[in-house]
Amino acid sequence: MTAAAILIQFLNGLASASSLFLVAAGLSLIFGVTRIVNFAHGSLYMLGTYIAYSLIEHFGRGPLGFWGAVLLAGLIVAAFGALVEIFLLRRIYAAPELLQLLATFALVLIVKDFALWVWGPEDLLGPRAPGLGGAVEIAGRQFPEYDLFLIVLGPLVLAILWAILTRTRWGTLVRAATEDREMAGALGVNQKWLFTGVFALGSLLAGLGGSVQIPREPANLFMDLSVISDAFVVVVVGGLGSIGGAFLAALLIAEIKAFCIGIGDVTWFGHVLSFSKLTLVVEFIVMAVVLVIRPWGLLGRQQSVPRSSGAAEAPLALPSRTAVQALVALLAALALVPVFFSGYALVLLIDIMVFALFSVSLYFIMGPGGMHSFGHAAYFGLGAYGAGLIVKSGAAMEVGLLAGPLLAGIGALVFGWFCVRLSGVYLAMLTLAFAQIAWSVVFQWDAVTGGSNGLIGIWPAPWLASKTAYYYLALAGCATGIFVLWRILYAPFGYALRAGRDSPLRADAIGIDVRSRQWGAFVIAGLAAGLAGSLSAFSKGSISPESMAVPRSVDGLVMVLLGGIQNLTGPVWGAALFTWLQDAVAREIDYWRAVLGAVILALVLAFPQGIAGYIGQFIESRRVKSAGAPA
Amino acid sequence: MLEVSALNTAYGRAHILFDVALDARPGEVVVLLGRNGAGKSTTLKSLIGLVRPLSGEIRFNGRRIDRLQPYQVARLGLGYVPEERRIFADLSVMENLEVGRQPRRDGAAFWTPERLFELFPNLGRMKERGGGRMSGGEQQMLTIARTLMGNPSTVLLDEPSEGLSPLIVEQMAATIRDLKREGLCVLLSEQNLHFSELVADRAYIIETGQIRYSGTMAELSADEAVREQYLSV
Repeated sequence: MTAAAILIQFLNGLASASSLFLVAAGLSLIFGVTRIVNFAHGSLYMLGTYIAYSLIEHFGRGPLGFWGAVLLAGLIVAAFGALVEIFLLRRIYAAPELLQLLATFALVLIVKDFALWVWGPEDLLGPRAPGLGGAVEIAGRQFPEYDLFLIVLGPLVLAILWAILTRTRWGTLVRAATEDREMAGALGVNQKWLFTGVFALGSLLAGLGGSVQIPREPANLFMDLSVISDAFVVVVVGGLGSIGGAFLAALLIAEIKAFCIGIGDVTWFGHVLSFSKLTLVVEFIVMAVVLVIRPWGLLGRQQSVPRSSGAAEAPLALPSRTAVQALVALLAALALVPVFFSGYALVLLIDIMVFALFSVSLYFIMGPGGMHSFGHAAYFGLGAYGAGLIVKSGAAMEVGLLAGPLLAGIGALVFGWFCVRLSGVYLAMLTLAFAQIAWSVVFQWDAVTGGSNGLIGIWPAPWLASKTAYYYLALAGCATGIFVLWRILYAPFGYALRAGRDSPLRADAIGIDVRSRQWGAFVIAGLAAGLAGSLSAFSKGSISPESMAVPRSVDGLVMVLLGGIQNLTGPVWGAALFTWLQDAVAREIDYWRAVLGAVILALVLAFPQGIAGYIGQFIESRRVKSAGAPA
Repeated sequence: MLEVSALNTAYGRAHILFDVALDARPGEVVVLLGRNGAGKSTTLKSLIGLVRPLSGEIRFNGRRIDRLQPYQVARLGLGYVPEERRIFADLSVMENLEVGRQPRRDGAAFWTPERLFELFPNLGRMKERGGGRMSGGEQQMLTIARTLMGNPSTVLLDEPSEGLSPLIVEQMAATIRDLKREGLCVLLSEQNLHFSELVADRAYIIETGQIRYSGTMAELSADEAVREQYLSV
């Protein structure tokens, strides 16, 4: 690269960094004060872009129309954010962290379908900015004027935010509440409006981040998830809650991406190394490296344990005799299903069983393990690809059923080693990073994995070819897998694992090597998810990269949380309900995502402890009442 | 005027306070004495609303406050100084004071940073210092000053002498007497009988969540049997 090319790439990086910073700053601000990880932040960004597009169409493309639209779009998104805070988030601040995440994810689904309904599926490209539509010559090359504006915008917003946070009473209160919101309340600070204000400001930043993009990239329905994953990475690399860190991280990541594109393909000792392909994962690699070296991000600090955030988790009781009898009855009923039904019912049930195993394996590390994984689909996918690839290379299907879980287990062994070094949101982000890396390898390695087309023709052995036979295989595999996972929780290993979750320090002090237990749990969960993936592959006959993409990981989280994380059987019910809903609703209704989102929101608001958790509480309150003595 | 009757508080299934009753009048310093785990902090937290009581009545200047949010209680003029100080470590001394600032209140002393620096000269010399870079004694002064910025008529002090050097303890006692002179009502929790004798007019003794004794400080000082039973280690 010449010096001029380097300069241009550097400027490109700066321009991208600005809007990345806007979104990430809002996300970081919101997390800092409310402790809510706002999954819907990318959706706010997307709304900003779409609304700006419509407003420009309405106001006309003159300077006033354009800049007015860009600003107004931000303000509309801010108002929307305030409404979301008042009517939704306020009700769930006391709920478990992951349930809050689920609620904001439901918003993602609803906003996406809303955008589809209003603006349709086509990409919408806005006009050039009046007055900044041209290009200037820098070092002999053309550079868009608008990008120069963006380069200025980022530091400008940083300065304004800094002034608000350090020079106003409101900002001082925000910083105080970020540190210790309970104490701020005891000093007379009304958190309610502080939180609403912070959420509105964060939404404004996201909306503006989106609306200023209108001349650069078309509004489309996939912006939400791509932006949110970028923003997550930036926030985590910079350090949660640190605005300056977000700026630094946005710069770092945008520059690295810009240079990857700039370098393109490089031939190195006869191998072609494609840096531009690397852009899909480079930010996740940066994140993984930063988190391993600095577990709290560049400018972050170790998270204080939030004060008074819900009750401690109740000990896991041994299942009662009735519960065991009910489960045995359920198993017997499932074994009898093929006698009465065939065809689609069996396919759906296989799906449900596979996802039940997947979600129990996720529950295994999240509930008793206390490790929140956002990238569990990686092991499902590795299981599927492991089985598929070995069968494609000529091995028997039975070998595939062993090789799949084994590959997933090896993946979990490697990724887990890094992940158990972190905790909380940082751990969750690292799991997401690894899942994204695994996905992008599968997605781009055309020669082996079939790239975006995936693998087809992965069929079971002849003796399992009938749906009924395969149904029994899936039933046996999933039931065994689930039983083994449950059994482990009541073994000494499981006790040690839960002890490590409840108090790492005390567990350590009585001689439990917490990390190695967590690592072990990671591998066990990976093996089980891999088994689910392999069973799913042979059932479908094909594998696509989607089987290990982020939405699949989110599906798993939704299943576990729907069922309730405090309950052993919860993930099974959650998986059944979710899979059935997705299947039934998606076939009947165009806007099935919005319906699913609305159902999730209703469930979260009605049952903040999850379905099974709610039923458990209900039974307990009945028991207490019938005993005649309140506890 | 703070009046508490039949207060019961629990953390989950652990019942901590049993029918606690006490009162504190304007211009009075009242101490709630008790050993570790007796329920002193829980009592104060129930009063300010950080812990929701199961039952009972808390009246402040005649008004029921037991169902209010902490910020509402604070705005009525009931200040709370926590045991662990809970200084905002990222905020400077001035900013910590700013968080506590509330409008002037009729019938209560009005505090400005300048007036507080007269009371706590140390703080005046480190206005811009970060809360996290102060000594324990300085933090203890700042946490009281921060609460005073809300112009409270009554202050709850949770174990103000704990973990302080003897010299600072003396200062703390002088500070509490200053507050009394300003017309404030102070309800403090303590394990330290000697410190209580320096500042308090009246005393309650709490043990396993129940009030076991109530009387003037002088009476308690004279009653060796009660001290032996409830306070000796």
